[in-house]
Amino acid sequence: MLPHMWCPGCGNGIALGALARALAELNMPLHQVVVVTGIGCWGKADDYLATNALHATHGRALAFATGVKATRPELSVVVLMGDGDGATIGGNHLIHAARRNVDLTAVVVNNYNYGMTGGQVSATTPPGALSSTTQYGNPEQSFDLCRLVDAAGANYVARGTVYHVPQLDHLIKDGIQNKGFSFIEVYSTCPTHYGKRNGFESPVEMMRQLKAQVGRKNRAVDQGAVVSGDLLHRGKFVERNAPDFTTRYEQVKKMALTKGGR
Amino acid sequence: MIEAADGGAGSLFLQGNEAIAKGAIAAGGRFYAGYPITPSSEIAEICSVRLPEIGGVYIQMEDELASMAAIIGASLAGVKSFTATSGPGFSLMQENLGFAVMGEVPCVVIDVQRSGPSTGLATKPAQADVMQARWGRHGDQTLIVLTPATVQECFELTVTSFNLAERFRVPVILLADEIVAHMRENVVLPNASGIKIVQRKKPDCLPEEYLPFQPDAEGIAPLAEYGSEYVFHVTSSMHGTRGYSQNDPVNAEAKIKRLYSKLMNYLDEIVIVKHHYNSSDELDLLIITFGCTTRPARAAALRTGSFRVGVLQLVTLWPFPEELIAAAARSAQVVLVPEMNLGQIGYEVQRVVGREKVFSLLKSNGEGFSPIEISARMEEVAGLAGIER
Repeated sequence: MLPHMWCPGCGNGIALGALARALAELNMPLHQVVVVTGIGCWGKADDYLATNALHATHGRALAFATGVKATRPELSVVVLMGDGDGATIGGNHLIHAARRNVDLTAVVVNNYNYGMTGGQVSATTPPGALSSTTQYGNPEQSFDLCRLVDAAGANYVARGTVYHVPQLDHLIKDGIQNKGFSFIEVYSTCPTHYGKRNGFESPVEMMRQLKAQVGRKNRAVDQGAVVSGDLLHRGKFVERNAPDFTTRYEQVKKMALTKGGR
Repeated sequence: MIEAADGGAGSLFLQGNEAIAKGAIAAGGRFYAGYPITPSSEIAEICSVRLPEIGGVYIQMEDELASMAAIIGASLAGVKSFTATSGPGFSLMQENLGFAVMGEVPCVVIDVQRSGPSTGLATKPAQADVMQARWGRHGDQTLIVLTPATVQECFELTVTSFNLAERFRVPVILLADEIVAHMRENVVLPNASGIKIVQRKKPDCLPEEYLPFQPDAEGIAPLAEYGSEYVFHVTSSMHGTRGYSQNDPVNAEAKIKRLYSKLMNYLDEIVIVKHHYNSSDELDLLIITFGCTTRPARAAALRTGSFRVGVLQLVTLWPFPEELIAAAARSAQVVLVPEMNLGQIGYEVQRVVGREKVFSLLKSNGEGFSPIEISARMEEVAGLAGIER
């Protein structure tokens, strides 16, 4: 139920708008859509959507979603997770859902920290960056989520930003339509925590950085995204049509019924 | 495994785990998400073969957290779901079991107990997850725990677990142990028409009026399924009857209390014990037992000629059968609780019956009881209690 609880300058509202526009354009009947969310600011998006919703435990949304999709493959399953929920605590489930190529769409909004709990370091916080638990600078490397998910076997891997909105609308719609595991990373802004700690005077500055530093690239992902300071890439990186989990499991059912398979 | 002529009914020689898998399928379980772990892996293996044969789905998840999550997703999508594990995996399932309690999601979790703590004696039995089954989740929560003592009960209680899960919109734990799960004995399975199956209540109101957490006259909210005309929300956060997060204290108190009262108001449907003696008899010594300890306790009771012994088998462990235990103990001079742990049920019996009257026989070394061990302790307790022969 609106109004939402996100901070002024947070990119989540933009991501939610993009998702809502994508669902509207695709004319999806609401009862056929299940939105599965994680714990965190982006995970609260289910409160503002009139679809079915499953607001899961921290990091496990993709596993809950796998149970929904495997039993009701006709439903459209969209999974909303932040970088903390979806790629840090949820890292294991992310790579396995991608490996299984479960036919769902994961929208991971990446604001480079655990925003809801006060701005702690996550697996996507750039090395050297400040956070509430890396006040001397982050001593760890960060994930390139698109490369990770591509390597795990997803059918569709893309990255947008909350500045480049028409492209974001398109990528989410494209991902939902694509069969198999569709992954859209959304570079976003957390002016309250990450931004304030790392020298951004305002959300507008963070938006300017997205505009300046994230360039359109439709090349394959091994052209690579690089960590802070260099030009990062956005766009559709990977589009395959490997059989999704349900298609493969239908083969298992066929074999089981003929019993000659082994 | 040997199948009877009409697809599973009849007299069969089965392993406990086989009987559990058959019970789940007979009860309508059609989604299994699990992870291999001794001594439960046979359940996964059987389900991986059998479920795709009958239009069900088996997925081997990456860990037990994901397994518990996936069976909840499947249940909310309208499919009866289950998983099986042992101690270390059961520990990993606790957080999402809490989700199932909070979200009132029917599902069945089989924990085949083995000796711990931690990796422990992976292939040896214990009965030490009793308190974990009750209290493993954080916060105020409760659920149902049943425990089988025979292979026949492995089948029957798995069916009962599914039925109670559907009736009360609650996760049900079938707490087995390595001895019962791995032993083989003769069972008689009814054919399908002889098995009572309970289905969750579905809403019959208009879709726009549906409240997924508003209890009906029988204390349970009807549960729709994703994809039906009823659009609904389920969240792990504290929520109101609509299923959206809500944090006011009045709602929170009401919801937390209702999670308890929905079971506590219907104990007659949930609490099962078996009196292996004539329950109207006066006893010198009452043995309270559960799971794999039941059989040696009954054998020990039969050997004893010199005083009057009865065995009360707990089938439901939680909610704890307080009234039935208190009643049985009133007709006995003294109570003995043998168990393969350091006193987890004994403490509960003491709480209900009184400390002076309750004796324990504790064993926690990876080995089951023999009748002789129980007989010896019975003699000792009889002596201590001054029971005349």
